[in-house]
Amino acid sequence: MENTGIASSNRKTSRWLLLFVVGMFGFGYALIPLYDVFCEIVGVNGKGIQIDTSNQSLAINRDRTIAVEFTGSIMGGLPWDFSPAKKVFVHPGETVRVAYLATNLASTDVTGKAVPSISPTKATRYFIKAECFCFNNQTLAADEQKEMPLVFKVDNDIPESVKTITLSYAFFRAEETEAGDTSS
Amino acid sequence: MTATTADHHDDHHDHHPSGIGRWLFSTNHKDIGTMYLWFSFCMFIIGGLMALIVRAELFMPGLQLVTPHFFNQMTTNHALIMIFGAAMPVFVGLANWQIPMMIGAPDMALPRLNNWSFWLLPPAFTLLIGSLFSPGGAPAGGWTMYPPLSIQTGMGMDMAILAMHMMGISSIMGSINIIATILNMRAPGMHLMKMPMFVWTWLITAFLLVTSIPVLAGAITMLLTDRHFGTQFFDAAGGGDPVMFQHIFWFFGHPEVYILILPAFGVISQVIPTFSRKPLFGYSSMVFAVAAIAFLSFIVWAHHMYTVGMPLAGELFFMYSTMLISIPTGVKIFNWVATMWRGSMTFETPMLYAIGTVFLFSIGGFSGLMLAITPSDFQYHDTYFVVAHFHYVIFGGTITGAFCAVYYWLPKWTGHMYDEKLGKIHFWLTVIGMNITFFPQHFLGLAGMPRRIPDYSLQFTEFNMMSTGGALLLGLSQILFLYIVMKAIKGGEKATDQVWDGAEGLEWTLPSPPPAHTFTTPPLVK
Repeated sequence: MENTGIASSNRKTSRWLLLFVVGMFGFGYALIPLYDVFCEIVGVNGKGIQIDTSNQSLAINRDRTIAVEFTGSIMGGLPWDFSPAKKVFVHPGETVRVAYLATNLASTDVTGKAVPSISPTKATRYFIKAECFCFNNQTLAADEQKEMPLVFKVDNDIPESVKTITLSYAFFRAEETEAGDTSS
Repeated sequence: MTATTADHHDDHHDHHPSGIGRWLFSTNHKDIGTMYLWFSFCMFIIGGLMALIVRAELFMPGLQLVTPHFFNQMTTNHALIMIFGAAMPVFVGLANWQIPMMIGAPDMALPRLNNWSFWLLPPAFTLLIGSLFSPGGAPAGGWTMYPPLSIQTGMGMDMAILAMHMMGISSIMGSINIIATILNMRAPGMHLMKMPMFVWTWLITAFLLVTSIPVLAGAITMLLTDRHFGTQFFDAAGGGDPVMFQHIFWFFGHPEVYILILPAFGVISQVIPTFSRKPLFGYSSMVFAVAAIAFLSFIVWAHHMYTVGMPLAGELFFMYSTMLISIPTGVKIFNWVATMWRGSMTFETPMLYAIGTVFLFSIGGFSGLMLAITPSDFQYHDTYFVVAHFHYVIFGGTITGAFCAVYYWLPKWTGHMYDEKLGKIHFWLTVIGMNITFFPQHFLGLAGMPRRIPDYSLQFTEFNMMSTGGALLLGLSQILFLYIVMKAIKGGEKATDQVWDGAEGLEWTLPSPPPAHTFTTPPLVK
């Protein structure tokens, strides 16, 4: 009699624990959207850059000048040359257009995708992009050279301590899928 | 009642095949415990040989014995085999043997599941070790399997991922079994706060396992689907992020560290009172300290990745929460010292190992505090200082804790006293070998020698030579351990039921060796 009592409570305990294990497996997957949300809140990992394609103009603060530097790198498997734009000095609110230059060194069409990152991270959410080659996959024909335009402005509320912003792009080879577009 | 006892008696006969069947189909916690212990010893030797290959290559600067790729396979598999094959199973083996005897239960709660938990391990490790012979070799990107490298390597990685899944399932089932045993099978009168500390630490460890292993399973499943099924969890080109893997991995990885050490804490909390002939000082504070360590282990993971570029607030949070762990750990260390204080101490081998564990773990704890400090970690990150630190914790804490447990309970298991003189020699050789191996690595790390690299600058030569010499001594001493255990199994001075004259607890009321089935009628705990 007592033994069956123990057996049933063992079954009950195991069932609860199994449910918990399945829940924790799900939690591992739930960390992925949570991670994106977290990155956006703290403005790391290229997440949290403002996108505003409406082209509405902001008040320009001529009293402040911020240096914006550009870097770019090519990740393995992408047969491209990628040179960054020159450093520019901007006033907060001013709309600026710069361009990276990408060259396809291969003799076939190649598609790439650029992933941005901003340093220092506290500047991320004050950086507003109106137009960027990183919004879409970019395809270069064999030996094609192409300007990669970027139109941006810096928000007036950017903290006083930020004097220089560095924008970095890592260009990856985009997987050629059936749909031909893997942009997220 | 009489009828049920008779029925059970018949059951036992049915479940007692002889020969290989006894082990293959075993549902007996003692036999399964024995298999776990032997299995982990085999893995300890294999993982140790891999470490010796690493150390042999590092004896001199330049490349002498192995190719860098094989060197990397050795470091990676040494870690995987030692962590998942030696350190975890040895304590599951101890849990199997001891927990039912310590709480007055006839067996584990789910004996058939127990059999399966164990028998998943040999195929898992065959698969992992087999990956060495696959095209492209075994995983060589470190046991942490960081993408993007782990997504780009050959099929050895897939074999390792499947092996990890099997080990994970084994650990999860083992933990469910241990939790069910402890919660449901205690003898009447054995309240939670009367349980021996080893049982307490295992209860909490099992909860850590069921919480963290599924997260690891998720992470490596994502790796697998990234590799083969077109998902892009960790592929930046597809909107994923390799750093995210590090977060998920260490959310498992840090609790894993405590999974390895807490049962060893439990063992020495049994051994020190026995040989001090005093009850454990501050029992309830010990229980709460273990629970606090377990809780904190889930909120400190990013201290393994200070250099990935976290916001300042994040680095501060992880630094302070990590340092907070030293408080409950300090409570435990002071309680052990207070237990010894004014006790009538004797220094048999288990006691030597217990004191050695406290001592060596404390060194590892202090170097851990140094690594917890974010600005200095930027200097120490991925250097030999880290290697020295976690070997003091895992060898100095976990493995010496396991040796301590084996010497302590071996007379109970075999019915024979082990050779005390040889035991003491084994202790001193192990502790001296361990310190010669790992202490110089602190200096190497502080001087900037990176880990996981088969070559080094000339100025690091002397300390590396010392370290390799120590490793050889440490490795060879383990042959002596095998001999001592074999000798005790074969014969020796007859052990009494109580074995040690300060030993208290239900397992010491049983005969040495205990019959196959014990506590079929539960004892009454006053």
